Amino acid sequence: MAQIELSAISKSFDGADVLKGIDFRIGDGEFISLVGPSGCGKSTLLRIIAGLEPQDSGEVHIDGRPVDGIRPSARNLAMVFQSYALYPHLSTFDNIAVPLRMRRLSAIERLPLLGALLPSRRAKERHIRADIEGIAEQLDITPLLRRKPGQLSGGQRQRVAVGRAMVREPRAFLFDEPLSNLDAKLRVHMRAELAELHRRLKATFVYVTHDQAEAMTMSSRIAVMMGGELIQAGTPAEIYNEPGDIRVAEFIGSPKINILPGRIRKDGGVDVLGTTLKLTCNAAAGDCRIGIRPERIELGTGPFSGTVVHLENLGAEAFVHLAVEGTGSRLIARLADVRHLPAMASLVAFGFAPDAVRLFDPAGKRIELRAEQAERIREPAHV
Amino acid sequence: MSNAHPVPFRAILRHVLLIAGAALMLAPFIWMISTASKPQTEIFSSELHLIPHRFALAENLREAFAKANLLRFLLNGVIVTVSIFVLQVMVALPAAYALAKLRFLGRETLFALVLFGILIPPQATAIPVFLLLHKIGLLDSYAALVLPFTISVFGIFLMRQFFKTVPDDLVDAARMDGISEFGIVWRVMLPAAIPAVTAFGIFSVVAHWNDYFWPLIVLNSEHLRTPPLAVAHFRNNEAGTSYGPLMAAAMVIIAPLVIAFLFAQRRFIEGITLTGIK
Repeated sequence: MAQIELSAISKSFDGADVLKGIDFRIGDGEFISLVGPSGCGKSTLLRIIAGLEPQDSGEVHIDGRPVDGIRPSARNLAMVFQSYALYPHLSTFDNIAVPLRMRRLSAIERLPLLGALLPSRRAKERHIRADIEGIAEQLDITPLLRRKPGQLSGGQRQRVAVGRAMVREPRAFLFDEPLSNLDAKLRVHMRAELAELHRRLKATFVYVTHDQAEAMTMSSRIAVMMGGELIQAGTPAEIYNEPGDIRVAEFIGSPKINILPGRIRKDGGVDVLGTTLKLTCNAAAGDCRIGIRPERIELGTGPFSGTVVHLENLGAEAFVHLAVEGTGSRLIARLADVRHLPAMASLVAFGFAPDAVRLFDPAGKRIELRAEQAERIREPAHV
Repeated sequence: MSNAHPVPFRAILRHVLLIAGAALMLAPFIWMISTASKPQTEIFSSELHLIPHRFALAENLREAFAKANLLRFLLNGVIVTVSIFVLQVMVALPAAYALAKLRFLGRETLFALVLFGILIPPQATAIPVFLLLHKIGLLDSYAALVLPFTISVFGIFLMRQFFKTVPDDLVDAARMDGISEFGIVWRVMLPAAIPAVTAFGIFSVVAHWNDYFWPLIVLNSEHLRTPPLAVAHFRNNEAGTSYGPLMAAAMVIIAPLVIAFLFAQRRFIEGITLTGIK
């Protein structure tokens, strides 16, 4: 399979910088998700890897060899598109056969009428048929081989598109938001299927999505892109728990991380909403922002209080929207126990553990806390 | 009760208008069929009647086929229109693909020139093209009938508009699969654009089958004549115009188009709505 190495990739369209010097290394057999809001350049980056778009500067290496200027098909990568991009006039079988026919048959053998008469073509067609039937069996699309894409459902088309990618045994698979045209239920199902496919094929997957849930659930590593830059790469847990930038913290996780305004004192202590947190940092005094994940907010006790302005009960969990006393801030707390929901418009006390706090400077960069801060911010709950 | 039911009155008015319009459009055809079915004496009689007293269609047809080599002219029509259409497609599809899907310097300017080309009537370029054909010695040949029409700016424009609606992903998928750019035109774009190609084919074939102006200018030899020229020739026969065979020949010549229309009626209407013209 393949390693893909990107060095200093830049690209601009009509004077607008879409990619600003991307350096990234994708290991052999990794499932990498490129995730970010729309317009962050993730799809462009994927298309540059595929060779569909030339970069303005920088280099792409696949397995150590530069592939710049090499045609997309010669790079031996396969791509699955958001719209699936199946040829509408060809049956499922013929759709999957296209990459094989293009590679294995000579130009004369591909001629519409004459080619079919050549004995060499017939032998090759037999191999192609066998390969396609094997793939169809793996993907469970054997009954669909004779149908046209127009007669298939979204999920089936998706599978056929994956089949067309698999059949050529590429060095790596590129996915461009392949699940975003499916309904929510099917998307969750296909997520599991794709992850399973990756485990089975052990191939390199590069997966572009704007859906952080897809990135979190499937990938071995996530690369978060914003405004043409790759801001952080790491395992899903790293990205979620230790975001290096406030934009990463806000983009990953649903509901969004709570951000509160804070202030760093000269001694390194941090004030938030009029309360001093039991933690210190080494940053210079000044404004800062504090991020706390909804599930780390503990309702019922704590130095802060807020009014319940909205409740979302999802059955297995609930989200409580609080308007914090004395400030304009709102925050969301996740409640695991939906049987004890606070009443609407009631005043609720809340707090959070110091290790739940992620500090960011005004520019959005992460500020590390001093290591010894482990004790809890609030008094132990009285039972 | 007309107050309570204003709709039927308007519906009746609408249909009366439509029928009047249809009758107006059909009248020349009906007159043609009527004349083609009459013997010479009835055609020149002063009394006006549509249904001939003596049915002479077979006679007139026989005379038409005897006087002129109608089958040959029909064949000429087929050769010319089919060649024109095939060559137009071979030029227009790659050009339209480039204008719709490839990024290159000056693309918008080129497309503006294509639009500009649509504005130029063929009569305006007739004399230069005639002189050009004269210089290269192609006058009075099939080539003279076909070559000036091989590049159809309308065709390029129509196909380009249609190709714009084909998703880019499909083109990219073809590139990933290893299909060359020309391969994409014929293997991916053409099958996707069959409705547009059909619509264009209808316009092209009808226009060139019925074209009278250009063949009249470039042709001398009788054996190369296209159907409209052949019909016109009936008039100038030294023996005076024989309207019965003339109309019979006209019927024969429009028959292929009428039959094609009946078969492809739906496509025809689709094509006209697709292009939004005429």
